[in-house]
Amino acid sequence: MFVTRKAEFSASHVCRVPELSDAENRELYGEEANPNGHGHNYVLEVTLEGEPDPVTGMVLDLKRVKEILEEEVVEPMDHRFLNYEVTPFDRVVPTAANIAREIWRRLEKRFDDPQFRLERVRLYETSDLYVDVLAEDLAEKAALGEELAA
Amino acid sequence: MTTETHRYRFSASHRLHVPSLSETENNQLFGKCNNPFGHGHDYILSVTVGGEIDAQTGLIIRAAVLDELVRTHVLSLVSHRNLNRDVAHFREIVPTTENLASFIAGLLERAWPPELEARLARVHVQETDRNGFEVLVGVHRRRPVSNPETIVIHA
Repeated sequence: MFVTRKAEFSASHVCRVPELSDAENRELYGEEANPNGHGHNYVLEVTLEGEPDPVTGMVLDLKRVKEILEEEVVEPMDHRFLNYEVTPFDRVVPTAANIAREIWRRLEKRFDDPQFRLERVRLYETSDLYVDVLAEDLAEKAALGEELAA
Repeated sequence: MTTETHRYRFSASHRLHVPSLSETENNQLFGKCNNPFGHGHDYILSVTVGGEIDAQTGLIIRAAVLDELVRTHVLSLVSHRNLNRDVAHFREIVPTTENLASFIAGLLERAWPPELEARLARVHVQETDRNGFEVLVGVHRRRPVSNPETIVIHA
């Protein structure tokens, strides 16, 4: 069973590779490269997989999930300029994909529990763009092997 | 595994009608969607690509590259068109949104530049707030659909 909890944060960022020229950055990122930055209302959806406890009827206590999202994501990132105030975005370009991966990294160690596992982190940068980071799916890997062998 | 999904919008009209069936059968099958003059929708197309995040740029795909692919190979064909009359594929095939989603997935698969690192993973077409249709592409075809579009609202 999948349980999804949502959180929101607003932050500014700029997408630029310092070693590249203005023209190259614009080619890569479009307006996202404008040097002084801009902001988004990020929406985060975190999905956990597990079976409901036979007594409580819950996969896990959602209050705990809420607290972890607060501590790991909302508190450090909300109303911040990601490039200047949140590691590792002083050295890693804060694209939606990198922010989603960083959120996965932060949450993975907090949801280390035999009863459930982190299944998906979905981060909306805008309503028209989102990134999914998915748990490595063994079945999928096997299928890929099969396809490559065929 | 990381995927990135971009949403696009287009408006088009269609009529659901199978010429080999009788008027009554078409009516029973498609109801209002069989109205002879057709009707339209504001479709929302979600295109999902999967791949590695580039270590330097932090990108799976450049948004401009995907936008251009979708614009050239999909939107130019279907946006503000009568699908039955204006899109050759739907002269013989009924333009249900199931068929439209498969058609779009095929267009993108064929147009996909082989040199692109990112692969097409999924095409989702939302016809109205109440129904959406999803086609998984490549290795993702075998993936159980545990990640449905969250915007599907079940009335």
